[in-house]
Parts: sequence; structure tokens; C-alpha cells
Amino acid sequence: MSDAAPQALPLQVLPFPLQRSEPLARNAAGARDTTGAAATAGAAGAADTAGATDAAGEPGPAVGAGFIEFQQLGKTFPARRGGAPVTALEHIDLSVARGEIVGVIGRSGAGKSTLIRLVNGLEKPSSGRIVVDGVEISSLGERELGPVRRSIGMIFQHFNLLSSRSVYGNVALPLEIAGVDRTAIRARVEPLLEMVGLADKRDRYPAELSGGQKQRVGIARALATKPSVLLSDEATSALDPETTAAILDLLARIQREFGLTILLITHEMSVIRRIAHRVAVIDGGRIVEQGRVADVFANPVHDATRSFLGAETGRRVPEFIAERLQPAPVPGGRAVMRIVFRGEHATDPVLSQLARELGLDVNILSGSVERIAGQPFGILLVALPGDADTLARARSFLDARRLHTEVIGHVA
Amino acid sequence: MSPELVRLIWEAALETIWMVAVSGGIAMAIGLPLGVFLATSGRGELFAAPAVNRVLGLVVNLTRSTPFIILVVAIIPFTRLIAGTSIGTGAAIVPLTVAAAPFIARLVETAIREVDPGLVEAARAMGCRPMQIVAKVLVPEATPAIVLSMTLAIVSLIGYSAMVGAVGGGGLGDLGIRYGYQRFMPEMMAAVVLVLVALVQAVQSGGERLAKRLNKRLRHP
Repeated sequence: MSDAAPQALPLQVLPFPLQRSEPLARNAAGARDTTGAAATAGAAGAADTAGATDAAGEPGPAVGAGFIEFQQLGKTFPARRGGAPVTALEHIDLSVARGEIVGVIGRSGAGKSTLIRLVNGLEKPSSGRIVVDGVEISSLGERELGPVRRSIGMIFQHFNLLSSRSVYGNVALPLEIAGVDRTAIRARVEPLLEMVGLADKRDRYPAELSGGQKQRVGIARALATKPSVLLSDEATSALDPETTAAILDLLARIQREFGLTILLITHEMSVIRRIAHRVAVIDGGRIVEQGRVADVFANPVHDATRSFLGAETGRRVPEFIAERLQPAPVPGGRAVMRIVFRGEHATDPVLSQLARELGLDVNILSGSVERIAGQPFGILLVALPGDADTLARARSFLDARRLHTEVIGHVA
Repeated sequence: MSPELVRLIWEAALETIWMVAVSGGIAMAIGLPLGVFLATSGRGELFAAPAVNRVLGLVVNLTRSTPFIILVVAIIPFTRLIAGTSIGTGAAIVPLTVAAAPFIARLVETAIREVDPGLVEAARAMGCRPMQIVAKVLVPEATPAIVLSMTLAIVSLIGYSAMVGAVGGGGLGDLGIRYGYQRFMPEMMAAVVLVLVALVQAVQSGGERLAKRLNKRLRHP
């Protein structure tokens, strides 16, 4: 990426300085909001949020809050002939910090597409406000939205490339619209194509490209006007898993290099796990749970979240155990406990310590360790002696090591 | 066939080409923007003006549903106003244009409506103004379909041009009626039909070839 490119483009298209209409503290505390009042993880979550870097040493979200702010936002579509008005979104409060990747996950019809379209004014809210970098988007007319939209790039599920334009022409389009001259366009487009790995496809047409290549063109096009925000509307949903991973890694790289703020929507938890810092779960037009990705993965509260996580390895209780599981302790039976390991603790030999120091028989029922939001994250399902006393000792031992535990039932 | 008759056919063919080319050109100049407007002025669309859209749609339908030969006669005062006369090849261009412009507008409207709405959304997300969306997205994306529409319109115009002989419009159709039919010269009729077939064929395959070349969606890796 050459910085020698002529600065014909305003780097900061939004003419306003970063403003905060709410105190910073609100956002830090709001890092773990759940409607289900899961206060247990609150303390740990807030402590994590305070640091700009997390345990794995990865650069986390930069300091600064509320770069994109949804405030009590609602959207109702007017009634169609013979139907009732449709409420797509209600009471949406969501705050995205500068330089953060926030994923919004929901089923189709949950309202997530509407949510992302509110950010660049493609949809107008029926109530509430949406503020981006201090500018209230919802108050702008179509004409005033033009320059604001140049500072907000967007990529799409079906790429939405112009079939009549070459790869180069597609990436150049937003610049042509902005009135940038030909030489400056070339100086901007060519490094972008280089960056997304499509320099050799410069003169090809979209019909000649694979899905992954088309999305790379989409990404280059979205970045052409040097936006500070990137909106990703199911950008990987039409791609195979391997291509999805490559595209997500590209987005993560771009985010780090340019300090972009990314708001993405998806229906796949694997997308969230791979690149998001924070996640908001949307169900029936409301945000039912939000927080840092690792927190939500460790302790999902809402049913919708659990069902999204259900498909993720390690969360699911194996069937042969699930069908024997009872809610109350069984005399002489064993308790089934889920232990979540995070950050530096993910690799500690806790189980052998537990067995050695407390003299407990622990058997592992299922488990997995992977990377989530850049840090190691493991989930183990173990069986322990089920009497209350032993269980309490085991839990206090694990709590002392800052591991999240949850007894999910008992077996005979 | 005598050289005299060949000369007649040649001149008539030139008249037909002249009438079709001029009326086709003017009709395109009117039909293209009209078609774009019809496709973008519905409720909630780019240039939303539902009332104007409905009125224009009605006018287009009126012209389209009037049989051409009736239209030619019905607009004679208008023809006289524009061309100064209602007889001759020049005057025939007026009804031909009046008939072709709404036809082209409808075809262009259809072509524009076929453009993926996702592209319009992407363009809006880039900060495109409505006119830029038309110029940079809708028209370029619809160009192959528009070229095919124009081909169809020109072929229809060649057919219509045969009817303007009724008002002294000249051209191949007029020649066929006067010589082939009224003077019982079947070889003249056959020659006229052959030339018309060749004309239509040339326009059709030329248009298709151009549309194909402009259509970048057909390329494969």
C-alpha cells in the first residue's frame, strides 16, 4: 500500500471531530449487557475490556467509544396491502468503538439486514437515533448522505459488482462518483488491487471471477474512498468454508492495517469467532445479548445465543450423556460440569491439579480448544463426584484459577 | 428484370432505409430517456413521481394500442405542423417516430427493470446521486438488453414503413403495392419481399452481434 498516492481524496470525509453524546464509562460498563442479567461474568468482562490488549497480546479495540451508536432505535415497515405493519427492529442500543470489529448475529428475518442498512442511511429509522462519528445519520437527507456514505464502505453477500465493468472499473467507480481525476484514481485503485491479491485480474470482468475473487473486488471497491467504517452484509454467506476463511482473514488484516471500524452481520457463529471482538445477538428485532466474543462464548445466556453456539464444537453435550442428564443430584451419582478455559488459562494443566490436590476422579466427556477473538479458548465437559461438598470444593478450586464453571446436570 | 425496375427497387430501398434510420434515431432520442424515467419514477423509486409516471404510461399505452395505419391518418394535422406537408417520405417520418418512441420506451423500461436492484443499492451505498446511478449503473448494465430492444424496434419500423405508402410515403412497401399488386408484376413483389427480408436479416444479426459483444456477463474464465 503506497502512501505516496496523491491525496486527492479527503482522508477524513466526515467534517466533524469525534464527539461523544454519552460518557465513555457507559460503554465500558456496557461491554457485557445481557437482557438475562448475567451478572456473574460482569466483573471479569469489564476488567478485560479496560485493557486495549488482551491476554494473547493481540491488539484489541483502540481506545474510544461510540464511534457508531444506535440509540433506542426502532424500525417499522408500513403495512402492505392487506397486511399489518412489520416491526423489524425495536429498542436497539448498540455501541461500536473506533477500530473495533462487532458482529451482529441473527437468523434470517431477525432484522439484522435492516440494522446494517441504517448505518449508511439506506434505511431510515422509525424511532431512535443512529450516530456515526458524531454525525446523526438519521437526520440527513439523501443529498447530505452522499459524502457521509463515502466514509462508510459496504460489502454484500452477492457482491453487487457491475457486470459491465472490469475489475479495475468496479474499484474505480466510487472514486469516479466522488469526482476524483483519472490519474489519482489509478494511483488509488492499483495498490488496492495489489492488496486484495487481484492485480493480475485487473482487466477481467466479474463473470470471469470466482466467488472469493468477486468478494475481493467488493472489498477493494468498499475501501476505495478510504472509509473509516466498513459494513459487511453477510459477505461470506455465499462462499465455501475455505474461501470464507480467506476473506475473513483479509478483512481482519485490513482492519488492523487501517484501523477500520467493522460492523458485520452474519448467521454463522464461526464468522464471529474468527474475526469479531464483540458480538450482539439479535432475535425478533431485539438485541437479546451482547458482549465480548469470548465472554458470550463462555457463558451464553439467551436461548438464541445458545442455539447459535450449539453447532460450535465443545458446547454441545454428547447425546449419550444428554439423555441421562437429570437436574437434581443423584445419590452416589456424578455431576456433569462444563469448564471454560480462556486466555492464559486455556493451556494450564488444571484437571490434573484438580485430581491431584483434591483427590478427585475426573473423567472428560468431551472437549475442544480453539482460538476465539485471537485468544485460546477451551471448553471441557467433565464428570465429578456429585455430592454437594465435593462439588463445592472443586468449584472453589476452579474459581480461584478464574475458570468459568457450570454444573449442567447429574447422572446416576 | 429490366435495369429500370432494378433502379426503382434501389431507390425505394434507399427511401426505406432513410425513413427507418431517421425515425428510428429520433424515436431512440425520445424513447431512451422516457424509458429510463418510466423505469425509475414509480412509487419509492429513484425519481419517485407516481402521478407523472401514470400519466406518461397512459400516453404510451394509447399510442401503442392504436393500429399504425389509423395512427398515420389520425395525426395528419400534427404531421403537417411538423413536416409542412402530410405527403411524401419526409412526412412519413413523423408517424413512424410517433409510433416507435413509446415502443422503444417500453422496451427500455423493461431492460432497466431487469438490472439487479443490488447494484442500485451498492451504488447508493457509495454515495451515488440518482443521475449518477442512471448514467453509471442502470444504463451501462442494461446496454446489451437495450441494443436488442433497438434491434426489435428497427425491425418493426421496417414493417411499419411499408404501410406509409398509404399516405404517399414511398419506400419498398409502396413499390410492392403499386407495381407488384396493382400492376400485376409478381416478380416485382418477389424482389421487394427479398430486399425487405435481407434488410431485416442484416439488422437482426447486426444487433445480436453487437449485444453479444457488449454483454460481459457471457464471458467465462
